[in-house]
Amino acid sequence: MIEHMAKKSPAKGAPSLDDARLRQQAIGAKLRQMFDEVVNEPVPDEFFEILRRADARGSENGG
Amino acid sequence: MNTTSLRAPPEAKRDAAFKQQLVALIPQLRAFARTLTGDPTAADDLAQDAMMKAWDARASFEMGTNMKAWTFMILRNQFYSEKRRSWRQTQLDQEAAERTLVAVDDPAAPVALDELRLGLAMLPEEQREALVLVGAGGFAYEEAAEICGCAVGTVKSRVSRARRALQGILDRGDYSRDGAAAGEAMGSILAQAERLSGAR
Repeated sequence: MIEHMAKKSPAKGAPSLDDARLRQQAIGAKLRQMFDEVVNEPVPDEFFEILRRADARGSENGG
Repeated sequence: MNTTSLRAPPEAKRDAAFKQQLVALIPQLRAFARTLTGDPTAADDLAQDAMMKAWDARASFEMGTNMKAWTFMILRNQFYSEKRRSWRQTQLDQEAAERTLVAVDDPAAPVALDELRLGLAMLPEEQREALVLVGAGGFAYEEAAEICGCAVGTVKSRVSRARRALQGILDRGDYSRDGAAAGEAMGSILAQAERLSGAR
């Protein structure tokens, strides 16, 4: 797929295995943070309103 | 639990229990939708649609089973069944990407949130969703496989490819520091991401 993969010799400053692991941990932590930030946002009232209306509609129709 | 619910017919009680669980999942659904669409407004529309689909299908849900996985699957299906390319494309502003991605000197350095968002947006969709489900959503590979409708091994390989690709994209900020054409590198990443997501 990628031709230049053949040049396997590590370039100057190429990340070591440990560095790569640290990077992955940092990325993983950030990914969770990004997700959790949205999880922790207050839920807009619209959501509850829509559900409340749907529930009321269902009850009127006899469940 | 109040007296009215005790006197209510079993269906109503079940509905109330279902609704309570569904409401508790809204924050998670919003977060998953946000990672899929990349746009807060579109994400909330999607999450609301998924919530209503789940509500309408409540009779088919077996109480006591994994409602989170079930609702995530509904949301995901909803996302793919709707017009989604326009959402994603407005997100992928190439100039913004070039501006925002910066070189990484320290491997342990914290990853900037904006960079991660951009990087995530550049991944092929199937890799992005797999990584988000497992890496942020707290799902086991088996659950993620069920949500995505694919084999467990497929999810594992998508997650691992996503991790590598994301690191590659984030670290590619080095290009601009060397004076090499960051725009060119970014352009090819974007082209590849576009090609892959279009190939579905």
